[in-house]
Amino acid sequence: MIFNIPYIAVVALILIGLYAIIFKRNLIKIVIGVTLIESGVNLFLITLGYRTGSVAPIYTSKPQGANIMALPVPQALTLTSIVIGVAVLALMLSLVIFIYRHYGTLDVKKVRRLKE
Amino acid sequence: MNIPEYTPALVVAIPLLGAFLTPLVGRVNDKLRNIFVILILAINAMLVALLSYDVLVNGIQTYIFGAKDLSYPIVRILFEVDAMSVFMAIIGSIVLLVAVIYSWAFMKENTGLDKYYTLILLLTAGMLGMMLTGDMFNFFVFLEITSISSCALIAFRTDSAESIEAAFKYIVVSAIGALFVLFAIALLYGQYDALNIAALSNAIQYTFLDKIALVLLIAALGMKSGIAPMHMWLPDSYGKAPATISLVLVSATLASLYGALRVIFTLYGNVLSTISNSGIPLNVSIGWLIIALAVVSIIIGVIMALIQSDFKRLIAYGAVAEIGYMFLAIGTGIAALGTQYGETALTGGIFHIMNDAMDVGLLFLVAGAIYYSTKESSLNKMGGFARNMKYTTILFIIGFLAVSGIPPMNGFASKLLIYESTFMLNPILAIIAILGSILLLAIFVKVFYSAFMGPEIPRFKNVKEVPKSMLFAMGIIACIIIFFGLFPELVITNIVEPAKNALMGYSGYVSQIVGGGI
Repeated sequence: MIFNIPYIAVVALILIGLYAIIFKRNLIKIVIGVTLIESGVNLFLITLGYRTGSVAPIYTSKPQGANIMALPVPQALTLTSIVIGVAVLALMLSLVIFIYRHYGTLDVKKVRRLKE
Repeated sequence: MNIPEYTPALVVAIPLLGAFLTPLVGRVNDKLRNIFVILILAINAMLVALLSYDVLVNGIQTYIFGAKDLSYPIVRILFEVDAMSVFMAIIGSIVLLVAVIYSWAFMKENTGLDKYYTLILLLTAGMLGMMLTGDMFNFFVFLEITSISSCALIAFRTDSAESIEAAFKYIVVSAIGALFVLFAIALLYGQYDALNIAALSNAIQYTFLDKIALVLLIAALGMKSGIAPMHMWLPDSYGKAPATISLVLVSATLASLYGALRVIFTLYGNVLSTISNSGIPLNVSIGWLIIALAVVSIIIGVIMALIQSDFKRLIAYGAVAEIGYMFLAIGTGIAALGTQYGETALTGGIFHIMNDAMDVGLLFLVAGAIYYSTKESSLNKMGGFARNMKYTTILFIIGFLAVSGIPPMNGFASKLLIYESTFMLNPILAIIAILGSILLLAIFVKVFYSAFMGPEIPRFKNVKEVPKSMLFAMGIIACIIIFFGLFPELVITNIVEPAKNALMGYSGYVSQIVGGGI
């Protein structure tokens, strides 16, 4: 059970993120929801590569007696994913700024000049 | 002819390099920058043509980034290019080239064009990368590059509140979609310790987690390709982006469709025809699910198009219906896997991918041309444009006949294949498909009368024909439409059939990597 806590955290993060995106009316909170999902997915990738008692995968600075290393590939994937996430976040927030300038509000119910 | 093995890498690298050089060139001169961008995309189109020749003659091409030696822990990314990839890459490069030629005059009055061209080239790199890559994580990265740059392009006219709103919708939808793709990739990676599509396809067992991954991948990529009921972002962003960007977005959307095809036919190709859930084979259940969504797309697309008064929004709903046609054919191909008409359906569906990009693209460009001349986008206020814009009128006629599948345009060639094959699966599907086409024709005839015919409106008395470069760009697409319509056999045997065979024969894709020792 104790080893499953990271996975439970992943699911919780993704569900909270989805909840924020679907039910919250403030655009900033929707942005936060997207970043929460992203954190959940990143945590999932990192958890996949970890093994109990492992050390960081750096061959040259390995401590004495440590045999198990965490798998480096998911960490590389996560780094890439974080960088992409920052770009998406920046773009979304800049769009939110523009929306506020045009509409004077961040309420999704009022930001709907597009027709159905 | 000897084609260097690094061509697949160049196809992605050249637009990427061009993207970062564009602002520098733009410092010198605006005209030079436009020529530079057109040159980059023309070189790229030639490379794609060379690559296609190579793939169609010599079979699947691979290019390895990183370790070629298997004795160390493998840290590498593979590009694996088969006939389906080059088929999509051909569409992408034609559309992008046309878009930049059209942009020359169309975007002239806008500021910030350095950024516009940079983003277009970035989008090219991302889109072609999605089509050529053989690695799931790499696919995700290119998917994100494509969505970020297309979102920025939708919001290009920042003075209009609607385009910002459309861009925000688009980025939320595509960010969630891409994150679910990443989650599915992580699920697969956690089980099989591989990111390569071929290696994954070879190892896949169809466990419970694989089912979740399949659902997530199809839902996310279907959402990104705008299938109903996840189409709501599509009319907004197509309708509010500049016309060239709508054209480019059509092909970016098709790249996601390609991703869905790759997932179903290659990644799950191994289990598609062998596994069955509670008596129903997997391919039948997936096929009918896709058919159901496709039928909903066709119906929603045409019905919503009927009531639109904004020109580009109307075309965008037409595009939703066209996406439905592609998915209808693909779903039929999956449900009837292994039969003759299943293959016909797949051929029709793949051919329709290209025809849709051309037809809908041409209509968007015509809408853009009218906006350029008159600054008007509402159909209620248009009228009598045929008096002053005769070439645009002819191009519009070609475009709407092609979209509604009237011979001798290319839309007829692919839609006929779709009608024939869906009829074999279930006649009702063919009836819905034909009805959708008729309604599309009715809608566009209405548009034709209200915008191009009728009495002269005093406000538009001095409207001029659009510049020659825009006519030239639209002319290229119109020529392709008519050529494909007159000689469909030529196209089908040379590029569509190999693409279909590449999709069906997933084992060739797999053995190129897994058994071949690369």
